[in-house]
Amino acid sequence: MGFWERWRIPIMLAPTMAVIILLFIGGLSYGTLVSLGWQPIIGRTEISLEAYQNIIFSEQYASVFWQGLLLTIWVSFASTFLSAVLALATALLLRRSFFGKRLATFLYQLNLPVPHVVAAIGILFLFSQSGLISRTGAQLGVFGFPSDFPVVVRDKYGIGIILSFVWKEVPFVGVIVLAVLQSLGVDYEDLARSLGANRWQRFRYVILPLVMPGVLSGSILVFAFTFGSFEVPAILGVRFPRTLTVTAVRFFRDPDLNARTEGMAISIIISIIVFFLVLGYMWLSRRTIRKD
Amino acid sequence: MAPVSSRPSISKRLARALHYCAVALLIFLLLTPLIAFFFNAFSFRWFYPQLFPKEISLRAWESIVAANSKVPEALLNSTILAVGVTFSSVIIGLPAARALGLYSFRGKRVVEFLIISPTIVPGIAVAMGLNINFIRWGLSGNLLGVGLVHLVPVMPYVVLTLSGVFSNYNPEYEQQARSLGAGMLATFWHVTLPAIFPGIVVASLFAYLISWSQYILTFLIGAGQVITMPVLLFSTASGSNNALTAAMSLVFVAPSILILILTARYLSGKSSAIGGFGQL
Repeated sequence: MGFWERWRIPIMLAPTMAVIILLFIGGLSYGTLVSLGWQPIIGRTEISLEAYQNIIFSEQYASVFWQGLLLTIWVSFASTFLSAVLALATALLLRRSFFGKRLATFLYQLNLPVPHVVAAIGILFLFSQSGLISRTGAQLGVFGFPSDFPVVVRDKYGIGIILSFVWKEVPFVGVIVLAVLQSLGVDYEDLARSLGANRWQRFRYVILPLVMPGVLSGSILVFAFTFGSFEVPAILGVRFPRTLTVTAVRFFRDPDLNARTEGMAISIIISIIVFFLVLGYMWLSRRTIRKD
Repeated sequence: MAPVSSRPSISKRLARALHYCAVALLIFLLLTPLIAFFFNAFSFRWFYPQLFPKEISLRAWESIVAANSKVPEALLNSTILAVGVTFSSVIIGLPAARALGLYSFRGKRVVEFLIISPTIVPGIAVAMGLNINFIRWGLSGNLLGVGLVHLVPVMPYVVLTLSGVFSNYNPEYEQQARSLGAGMLATFWHVTLPAIFPGIVVASLFAYLISWSQYILTFLIGAGQVITMPVLLFSTASGSNNALTAAMSLVFVAPSILILILTARYLSGKSSAIGGFGQL
């Protein structure tokens, strides 16, 4: 075997792997070291779990961390679940043939290239106490003052954050589902219909199992993204509780370089949680799909 | 078969009307946040509870093009970054995509897993870890360093898209061209490139979109020195000038929507790159 045959594949992979290994793995590994207290710049070269202990147990950080974790989990699970369900429903809606279908499908996808920063600002314009919805209500005589409108953005339950994610992710998962539905055609359903399956049965036993892999792979990406997202909770969140990413970035930017260790530790914790939740989710979804 | 009646039954017509209402409601809900930007961008002294701004004004737009505006600088930086990241990611990713699409080899699944992993692990952990070393290497606070970090979220989608194209590609055409006397470059230009062109368009689209929309990586590595559109927009949004925030948002999203419309025919929902939309 000549040199080229033997080394062809490693050489072809080298540039991409260099980026992944140096920047991605390198960044993560160095970050892990920093989270373990290794900061030679300020003369700290000992490895310890102090930052993790501080975050999880200390009086100073524990409530910020645990409340933040709870909020992050709530926001990302709720956003993922709602996006998946609504994506499925809306894709089914757009799948039937009707006059104006092409236009409707185009408008459905219009927000795909809109970045999350912009999505968050749009939700703010709509749902803030003096936003468009509140103004509409005021015109109808429902509200007299902005303060009559319920606090749904910059609220402690993260409703604004969830709204923003759902608005962004429904078309995202929906487009994946639509593509699967279009490639199926109507043959399977016609067959099921001719065998006497009713509307619900056709949905439950024919369509759902076929689109489920698409819904699940789309929602894995949604979950991982929402869990680690910064812009949306930073714009639409409150001071307490803050999501983990927002807290991590704040600590990391703290003028006190010691807080950097805690910030880094939180972002490593976020990565570990996302990694294992995604693994578990993939394992579960694989089982569910196989059962069907 | 029953004769086709000229008029559908009442229940069918009702169902169709309901379906139309549902579609209209869906599109309305999806578009209102976007419409809100137009309302805000042209508003001035838009007091509660006015539904429509009474005073239409171009103030926000004037301050965008004003001499002291940072928007031109931000647009320039964003463009340089997005174009640079798009070109380099495609060049870097093309050989790897070919290897993954055409050949099977030992450790392929590990390589694939490593390449996909940045789509799952949040960017902040990576950027924070790189931050300190980038400062030391002089890559913090400049376009080169920020562009390098943008490659991390971009590479998975570029390689996935292109390897998908290569898995339906027949390399024998290249051999035929070579045996007819074409050089390596001529073969690539006349044989390979036309065959993989749609994949390159889609890969570039996602590379551009992900880089263009990137906030937190730019913020952490740019250290306040690299002002891009998302960075400027984020800081403007923290203020209280809704009209300026809205106008700036429109300037920021317009190129993305335009590019998506221009490249839409190359996109299909089944492409693995579609996942890139989740990363913006």
